[in-house]
Amino acid sequence: MAEDSVKLLGYWVSPYSLKVKWALKLKGIQYQYVEEDLKNKSPMLLQYNPVYKKIPVLVHDDKPLAESLIILEYIDEVWKQNPLLPIDPYERAKARFWAKFADDKCVPALVAAFSKKGEEQERAVKEARENLKILESGLEGKRFFGGETIGFVDIAAGWIGCWAQMTGEIIGIKLIDAETMPLLDSWFQDFLEIPLIKECMPPQDELLEHCKELHTKF
Amino acid sequence: MEELKLLGAWPSVYCYRVIWALKLKGVKYEYVEEDLSNKSDHLLQYNPVHKKVPVLVHHGKPVAETSVILEYIEEIWPQNPLLPNDPFEKALARFWTKFEEDKSPAFFAFFRGVGEEQEKATKEAKQLLKIIEDHGLGEKKFFGGNKIGLVDLAFGWLSAWLEVMEEVVGIKLMEANSFPRLEAWNKSFKEDPMIKENLPDRDEMLPYFKSLREKLIASATT
Repeated sequence: MAEDSVKLLGYWVSPYSLKVKWALKLKGIQYQYVEEDLKNKSPMLLQYNPVYKKIPVLVHDDKPLAESLIILEYIDEVWKQNPLLPIDPYERAKARFWAKFADDKCVPALVAAFSKKGEEQERAVKEARENLKILESGLEGKRFFGGETIGFVDIAAGWIGCWAQMTGEIIGIKLIDAETMPLLDSWFQDFLEIPLIKECMPPQDELLEHCKELHTKF
Repeated sequence: MEELKLLGAWPSVYCYRVIWALKLKGVKYEYVEEDLSNKSDHLLQYNPVHKKVPVLVHHGKPVAETSVILEYIEEIWPQNPLLPNDPFEKALARFWTKFEEDKSPAFFAFFRGVGEEQEKATKEAKQLLKIIEDHGLGEKKFFGGNKIGLVDLAFGWLSAWLEVMEEVVGIKLMEANSFPRLEAWNKSFKEDPMIKENLPDRDEMLPYFKSLREKLIASATT
């Protein structure tokens, strides 16, 4: 059966496994989803990703791949329908650049804003806002990074809108400002309204509860 | 000649990766040495986000971030491919390139550490080398298989740079016979004519890295 040949090991609140779900859904790929208990990792996960021992792991015809952006590129190469990356090499370079920027610069600042306190948190909030503003410039005034429809960067970074909003709510400091980052704000909203995107999201109230509980541990 | 410019700074291994890729593909380019303590207007204009090297400028259009540049080069100049054709093998190559990037802070910690911190960093760095040797290289001659690929370029710093770092720090990470396959790879990598001609000079690197380590230690204690 077609579904047997593609398996995704994920975790319900992880934005990294969410990205892969989105890509698979966008391309209409049937797959088997396996929910991992990260406090008690399965032998299967440890066998499929011995180097990092993390999710997501995509297993295609028994061959495992780890690291979400690498998985996205693989999916895009194997299943050509609804392409994620543009055709032009320079545009592809720009897409890879912004996906990397979001992961390398926006996410760590977001995580630090969530987990730190006092001055460290203030610095992290400032950095997160600055980097989100820079990310906005990558949109180049377009509705989505992919243009009129979503593409690689949207799938790679669109989750940040939801998580940044939740973080802002939990720490009591706004991270995404509709005033100072109007285009980014609209982008996040438009992205999260897309049916296939919305359908794959974990239930918002459960997600918020989970993040609130996680926050108490810091 | 296609208008191609590389903004770099000696002895950045990131810049060397791009140089190696261009040389291996026989692509001509103009090299521009940047003074990172006094960044040029060009650099700031071409890479306003990170203000770093390397930056590849092709027909006036800049590409920044080493991994992004290398993928771009691979796509524009497909001769002597540096990535496998098969999507799964290609993804594995990207995995190891990312692994190198993710773990470079650990090697940096080895380079700038002192005392207990450094002992810890040394231990971790050796563990990483074991993973790289066992899982990344395995029994292959090169990370790319029979010939040099992007993963070899990603680990290229294990050649000329590591020896200098080890000498400056006074600790050997790759002791004789402890990583036989990596050692063999190192030899093969440095013997490739394109790589051999494009390695930074050891005698020039020594004082540079010595001074860098001193600065890093000083700034850590202030």
